[in-house]
Amino acid sequence: MSLQKFDCRDAFSTELEALAAEDLRVAAVVNDSVSSTKLKNFRSKFPERFVNVGIAEQNMVGVGAGLALGNMLPYVCGASCFLTARATEQVKVDLGYSNSNVKLCGMSSGMAYGELGATHHSIEDFAFTRVIPNLAVVAPADSIETRALMRYSVNHVGPMFLRMSRVPVRNVMPEGFVFELGKAHTLRAGNDVTIMANGILVERALDAAELLAAAGIEARVLNMSSVKPIDRAAILDAARTTRGIVTVEEHSIYGGLGGAVAEIIAQEHPVKMKILGIPGVFAPTGSAEFLLEHFGLTADGIARAARELLG
Amino acid sequence: MGIEQLEPLAAAADPLWLHQQANRIRINALKMVHHAGVGHTGGDMSSADILTTLYMAVLRVDPANARDPRRDRFVMSKGHCSGAFYSVLSARGFFPEAMLATYMDPLSMLNGHPDRNKLPGVEANTGPLGHGMPIAVGSALAARMSGLNYRTFVLTGDGEQQEGSNWEACMTAAHYGLDSLTVIVDRNRIQQGDFTEKTIRMDPLPEKFRAFGFATEEINGHDHAALKARLQSLPIEPGKPTCLIANTTKGKGISFAENKPEWHHGVPNAEQLAMAIAELSVVLEATQ
Repeated sequence: MSLQKFDCRDAFSTELEALAAEDLRVAAVVNDSVSSTKLKNFRSKFPERFVNVGIAEQNMVGVGAGLALGNMLPYVCGASCFLTARATEQVKVDLGYSNSNVKLCGMSSGMAYGELGATHHSIEDFAFTRVIPNLAVVAPADSIETRALMRYSVNHVGPMFLRMSRVPVRNVMPEGFVFELGKAHTLRAGNDVTIMANGILVERALDAAELLAAAGIEARVLNMSSVKPIDRAAILDAARTTRGIVTVEEHSIYGGLGGAVAEIIAQEHPVKMKILGIPGVFAPTGSAEFLLEHFGLTADGIARAARELLG
Repeated sequence: MGIEQLEPLAAAADPLWLHQQANRIRINALKMVHHAGVGHTGGDMSSADILTTLYMAVLRVDPANARDPRRDRFVMSKGHCSGAFYSVLSARGFFPEAMLATYMDPLSMLNGHPDRNKLPGVEANTGPLGHGMPIAVGSALAARMSGLNYRTFVLTGDGEQQEGSNWEACMTAAHYGLDSLTVIVDRNRIQQGDFTEKTIRMDPLPEKFRAFGFATEEINGHDHAALKARLQSLPIEPGKPTCLIANTTKGKGISFAENKPEWHHGVPNAEQLAMAIAELSVVLEATQ
C-alpha cells in the first residue's frame, strides 16, 4: 500500500469535472470559495454551469434548491463551517424537507483550518445535518472513496451532505471500490474490539489496530463513512461479536458518529463504548495536526482508548 | 403533448372574470381559515388578485402534468398565505376543490405551510421567510443552463423583505442578468405586529430594488387588467430581473378587516365569515 498522502478535495474536483462532462445536469455553486473548493478548473471548463453567488451561504443553498427545481443537479460547495451553520434553516427546509436533489459539499471539515480557530472549525456539522430527515450524511476516508462517493452521488435522488477534509491522508480503501450508501466497510478483521472511524481518522484507526495487534489485541476496523443512513447490521454485529466499540471522528463527541452508534447500541445491544472526538469544547490555537494530537485523535490515542475499554 | 397545453386559460382575457375568480378564492380561503381556526386572513386577501391573475392569465402550467419540465415555476415565498395559494391551485385544476375543506386537518395534504411532496402544483416548501427568492434565482439560472427557457415568478411579502437572504438573492439575480425572473412584492404595509413602516422602515422599497439591479415598477395589486397587462409583457427590461411592487390592502375585500394589523392572522368567527362572504359575493353577481 502506498504511503503517499492525498488531499480529498483533489479527488472531489477532478471527479466532479468528469461527471459534468458526462452529465449535462451537473452544476457547481460556490460562495466565493473557488480556490478552497478547488473548482477553478471546473469554472474554466463549464462556465455556463458554474455559479458564484458571492459570500452568501443562505442564498447559496436556496439557489441550489432552485437549480434542482429546474432539473439541474447542483453541487453546492463551501467551507463546511459556513455552509452548514450559516445556512442550517435552508438545509433543513429547502433541501431536507423539500427533498431536493442537491449535493451539499462541506469542505475543510473538522479542524482542518487549524490555527484559524474555532470560527473556521466544523466539528458540529454531523450533528446539524444528521438530525434533518431525507438528508444523507457521508464523510469519505480517502481519495479513492471520495471518487467513488462522487460517482454514487449523481445517481442518488435526494439531498446529500458530503463532508470532506483538506488534511492529506493515504489511501486506505481498495482500488475499484464502489460506494454504497449506508454500508460500513470492513478494513480489518478482528474479534477483540471494534474501531469505527470516518473521514481522515480512518487511516489512524488502522494504524491503531497495528499497535494493538503488536500487543496481542485484534481490532476490527470499520470505515463508517456513511453516518446517515448508518449500517445498523454492522454495528450490531460488532456489539455481538467483539467486546466493545471505539468510535473515532473529527467532530464533537455530541451528535456525530459516536452518538449515532450509541443510539443503536444503547437500545438494541448494550456494550461498552468509547466515543473519541472533540469533548464539547472549542479547540485552542494550533495546527490541524497539533489539535488532533491534543484531543488524542492519533494512532496512540485510539489504541489507548481501546485498551482502556477492554480493561 | 404540445406546449399549448401549458398555456393560461382563455377565459382570463376578461378582467371581470378574473375579479370573480379572485373573490371565489378569497371566500374559499376564509372558509378554510374559519374551519382550521388558524391562518393568515390578511395576506390571503391581499395576495388573492395577484395569485389569480398569475395562475389564470400568465403561468404556463399543466395541472395534469404538474412537474412538466417546461412549465413556468412559481414560488410562493409567503407560504403562510396558504389559504389563498391552495385555493388558486385548486381553481386552476391541480387538485379537487373538495380537498380545501381538509385545510390543516390531521394528516391532511393541506399543511399550514405548503409541502411540494404532498400537494401537486407546489414548487417549494416555504414558511420560514426569505427562502423563496434564492430558490427562484436558482430556478431562473437552471432555465438558462438547461435551455428550457421557462419563466420563474416569486411572490414575497413586504415584511418578508426584512430577511437578509432576499437581498443576497437580489445581488445574484442582477449579477447574472436573470430577466426570466419576476419578483412580486405583496406590499400590503402590514406585518404580524404592526404596520411595516412602524416596525422596520421598508420605504423606499422600489428604489431599493432598483439599486440592487432590478427593473422595478409599482403596480396596483388589485387591478386585474393592469396586473395581466404587465405580467403578460415581461421582462420590463431585457438583461435585468423584474420587480413589481404590488401595492395592496391587507384584508382586501372585507370591510372590517381591511388595513388592520390584527387581521394579519385574525380568524373570522361564523358571523364575520357570513358578513365577509356577503361582501365578496357582490361581484359574483355582476355581468359586463
